[in-house]
Amino acid sequence: MTRHLISAADLSKDDALLVLDTAEELARVAHQSIKKLPTLRGRTVVNLFFEDSTRTRISFEAAAKRLSADVINFSAKGSSVSKGESLKDTALTLEAMGADCVVIRHSASGAPHRLATWVRGSVVNAGDGTHEHPTQALLDAFTMRRRLGSLEGRRVTIVGDVLHSRVARSNVLLLGTLGADVTLVAPPTLLPVAVDTWPCSVSYDLDAVLPKSDVVMMLRVQRERMNAAYFPTVREYSRRYGLDADRLARLPDHAIVMHPGPMNRGVEIAAEVADSPRSTVVEQVANGVSARMAVLYLLLGGSEPAIGKEVAPR
Amino acid sequence: MNAASRRGEPVEARVADGDPRPKGPGHKESRHKAVLEGPDIRRALTRIAHEILERTKGGDDVVLLGIQTRGVTLARRLADLLERVEGRPVPCGSLDATMYRDDLRMKPARALGRTELPAGGVDDRIVVLVDDVLFSGRTVRAALDALGDLGRPRAVQLAVLVDRGHRQLPIRADYVGKNLPTSMRETVKVMLAENDGRDAVLLGPADGRPRHAEGRHG
Repeated sequence: MTRHLISAADLSKDDALLVLDTAEELARVAHQSIKKLPTLRGRTVVNLFFEDSTRTRISFEAAAKRLSADVINFSAKGSSVSKGESLKDTALTLEAMGADCVVIRHSASGAPHRLATWVRGSVVNAGDGTHEHPTQALLDAFTMRRRLGSLEGRRVTIVGDVLHSRVARSNVLLLGTLGADVTLVAPPTLLPVAVDTWPCSVSYDLDAVLPKSDVVMMLRVQRERMNAAYFPTVREYSRRYGLDADRLARLPDHAIVMHPGPMNRGVEIAAEVADSPRSTVVEQVANGVSARMAVLYLLLGGSEPAIGKEVAPR
Repeated sequence: MNAASRRGEPVEARVADGDPRPKGPGHKESRHKAVLEGPDIRRALTRIAHEILERTKGGDDVVLLGIQTRGVTLARRLADLLERVEGRPVPCGSLDATMYRDDLRMKPARALGRTELPAGGVDDRIVVLVDDVLFSGRTVRAALDALGDLGRPRAVQLAVLVDRGHRQLPIRADYVGKNLPTSMRETVKVMLAENDGRDAVLLGPADGRPRHAEGRHG
């Protein structure tokens, strides 16, 4: 039985808590004299990246290597994809190489799901189009839990370009599973049409929401996806939806500021906020390795995966 | 958990009175024979504590590392006993060897326990690994590998509450609470007040299939 991690909704509450608890123990490996575990010796993890990424790819690579897996990195640039090879043919090539797990990033929403019907190994979605990025949501939840304790009843405000954000969608789903209350704040043009069906509330007024937030997560303004006029000017966006020092002061004392990176300093987040002790941006990167180690261990470490969801073959 | 119950005294009192004792889930009392009760366990640990002090000449550099889960409880009790005799605290930590086990791929991936070294670490110390049951030796093998990634102790010794035999690897214990001859088909279950509500070592009947030491106890 092969199980995959394609959507944050693939994780039940027990699954999600198991990942977070496992990540908590694995985070300690970073402080050992030998930062390595033998658990995935002889297993092969393929990083299949059709879209640019530094931190996610490096994070998965570090996670797999700390568990002693063999890692094959594949990026679309300089590969047969630039010669026109299809996703299916690429997948069959990886299959022939004996990949136990394929970590895929693709610009098309749904590509990881499709891939899961073609390969025997587990597929982990590392970001597909504007759809999902479940391991980012796991590392965010892990960061929140480490800073705030339990997530039950915590109020999380996600601010910015929700429309193009796979991070927002995965976070809404996972945080809902874990019992947190999520509020999305964005200009109406940057909210998806069906946002009223999501398990969260929506606001257009950041200043009203901030004093009631335990966590503020700022999303990147994705200029590469901004091919229509979603807001008049960057300066106006920044004034209404950016997090500056004044707005930071409106947060409760215990509240934290998160950003999935890469940041546009001066647009969605002011430099002084990004560098403040309440910002968890650097922690999130370190926690990303622990969360991904947990996912890889739980998918590949045993006789069969302990988390995730099956995908029916076509 | 107070110090008295950590020593197993309330449990001992209840055993003496014959009061109904809290039972673990799925625990079939009638089919299990208690081979050690609370006072026996306490005496065995006290003896092991004295043997550790004797063999390590006062226990100066000793670090106790309990193997998850019940080994950690036993290590804490031993640390208390050593402190009471020597009058100074003995460093005590926990070790989870799950990620180093050789039977990981025989079952779905399981939850991990905590590995926590005392502040001074293990480098150049005499590490005493503590576990509840010594069986195949595979858990201890995994623990030795895990320990190798945590530092370089001057020496490693092994203390177990019960040695039930059937070793599959060249491993032996330095300190043994009780040697318990068993058949491969029998089960040995250690219950400790901190984990299970009472102190006892139970010998269970054959459950039909030979045990290949693939479970928790090895």
